[in-house]
Amino acid sequence: MQLEMNGKHVHWATGGMVSEDPDAPVLVLVHGAGMDGTIWQLQSRYLAHRGVKVMALDLPGHGASDGPVLENISDMADWVIAVLAAADVERAVIAGHSMGALIALQTAASAPALFTAVGLLGCAAEMPVHPDLIKAAEAGGALAPELVVDWGFGAPSHKGGHPQPGLWAMGAGVRLLMNADPGVLARDLVACDVYKDALTALAQITVPVHLISGDQDKMTPVKAAVPMLQAGAALTQTVLPKTGHMIMVERPREVAKMLLDLARTA
Amino acid sequence: MVAPKFYNFDTLSLHAGHTPDAETGSRAVPIYQTTSYMFESTDHAASLYNLEQPGHIYSRLSNPTVAVLEERMAALEGGVGAVATASGMAAIFLAIATLMDKGGHIVSSGSVYGGTHNLFSYTLPRFGIETTFVNPRDPDGFKAAIRPETRLVFGETLGNPGIEVMNLPVIAEIAHEAGVPLMIDSTFTTPYLMNPFKFGADIVMHSLTKFCGGHGIAIAGCIVDSGAFDWEASGKFPTLTEPYDGYAGIDFAEEFGPQALCMRMRAEGMKDFGACLSPMNAFHILQGLETLPLRMTRHVENAIKVAAFLDAADEVESVNHPSIPSHPDHALAQQLIPKGAGAILSFRIKGGREAGRRFIERVELASHLANVGDAKTLVIHPGSTTHQQMSAEALEAAGIGENLIRVSVGIEDAGDIIADFKTALRASQRG
Repeated sequence: MQLEMNGKHVHWATGGMVSEDPDAPVLVLVHGAGMDGTIWQLQSRYLAHRGVKVMALDLPGHGASDGPVLENISDMADWVIAVLAAADVERAVIAGHSMGALIALQTAASAPALFTAVGLLGCAAEMPVHPDLIKAAEAGGALAPELVVDWGFGAPSHKGGHPQPGLWAMGAGVRLLMNADPGVLARDLVACDVYKDALTALAQITVPVHLISGDQDKMTPVKAAVPMLQAGAALTQTVLPKTGHMIMVERPREVAKMLLDLARTA
Repeated sequence: MVAPKFYNFDTLSLHAGHTPDAETGSRAVPIYQTTSYMFESTDHAASLYNLEQPGHIYSRLSNPTVAVLEERMAALEGGVGAVATASGMAAIFLAIATLMDKGGHIVSSGSVYGGTHNLFSYTLPRFGIETTFVNPRDPDGFKAAIRPETRLVFGETLGNPGIEVMNLPVIAEIAHEAGVPLMIDSTFTTPYLMNPFKFGADIVMHSLTKFCGGHGIAIAGCIVDSGAFDWEASGKFPTLTEPYDGYAGIDFAEEFGPQALCMRMRAEGMKDFGACLSPMNAFHILQGLETLPLRMTRHVENAIKVAAFLDAADEVESVNHPSIPSHPDHALAQQLIPKGAGAILSFRIKGGREAGRRFIERVELASHLANVGDAKTLVIHPGSTTHQQMSAEALEAAGIGENLIRVSVGIEDAGDIIADFKTALRASQRG
């Protein structure tokens, strides 16, 4: 699905079906740093064929959406709100992964009337990024994508066992990041690094917020969610075992079902 | 800066794709000898059929044992995924039938496996797909042969049987400039000796029957996708970028991104063409992959020794192996395949066709058969077997003469192989 907004092409994946029911719940999915909407491939079709209007967005400069890449989480949140307005969406559930989770938080805080629930996957109150990783991403090449994928997947995925027969999660993760335009990953990592408003945003959100974490997540470890649990009265958390940061790939069925439950709260 | 802590090749060759299941703890990959899989519910069944959830339905589409092999090959090649097939030829056809329709065109190295040459020359034209063959050492030839309807550039890492080294970086650039992918048959090099993706190839195929298995007991093939080719930007691959009515209008590139080709090959190709790999054969190939690094090291060591012996033998006109300094691709091989340019070599024997026949008939240790990549040393006369369908002109263009003998150097004691060849060479000249 696509639309033109301010002369720019905006793209999202629908999961192959768009419900014609005007009351069908809308679920906005926001990807993480350097990725695009295809990272939700193991959930989007499942949700779409269960009556959910899926908007797995490609953020500006990612996937098939025109650039430029936005510089900070707040601008990205404003962009999401603008896209939903352009798409005539008045009520939705928003879920995001990693950087996308920060965007989801900020978006829900900025437009409280728009959302009925928020899903956070692999999220922490702060996501500091090591300067060397940012430098590697700025330099281009495979090092930064490989480091992100190494840290991003839990131990089981390093050996394999992809739920989709024949696919290799580690290779696909590296390739998705490598396929991004030069500089995209670096700018996203900087946006994550400097964003410090998650707890403030969370405190402003009154609708249910559900956090899904992996017990082997090295990037947003379970313990890093403690300040969020203290700040968000409506925040609940599920911790998935033997799971790293790439929860949608590592635990596709559990995530799909949780997102379906979340979408149905709309 | 720290380095990523991925498992290394030797570890992946043993472990990738498999974790012992919690129920049985089976350390070996189980052979899931089953045609089909129980659905949890009607909703679960419907979701599997509609690609809404990952999982197995029917072993023509996917099988847990085969999936381990597929994931292991993808890991070893550094791809996003793989689809295993009943043979290497099934793999080539699967990729081509997924990528193009009637009217499509392939630019291929002329030095390819005889079965591939036959498919391209005689079978695919019946379905409206044409191929232009070019000299694998002539990048300009590849460029000149590309047409608006070209959908694929194809070659082998090491030509068959000329052992030409494909200049992958240069050929890949030519293909990409034309908006088409480069598909490489990497059977002779295996992922241990070379990763074609690092040099710009987009799709890799293997006859797993050969070195990957190594035992000569199972036929298998696979396609591995790098996920790097931008199907949308190319605009020439509607099978991947436009809705597919056969699967409820699915747009593979939009929904699966870098894994679009793998998903379409399985959803359409395995379903409709049905050239699936049996779980038993997948298991056999997996046993081979576990020792691939060890075997390839020995294969290459022996090949270098045998090539050097043949190069010095009075009964031999010429030897084709990139380890020989006079080989036209010696320097290129050192650049692209530094671990060693495989264990297949060919040589022209003095005395023409009769001498070749006598050599083949006098070897005792080496086996005369139509295969390569076995742990045992194999010999064959391509002009009368694997490449017999080729015309005299095509044979000449591919560098195959009547006196050419192809050798797949095994992992026996190198001295024993050389002694066997020495005896057979002497006998070949006695008339």
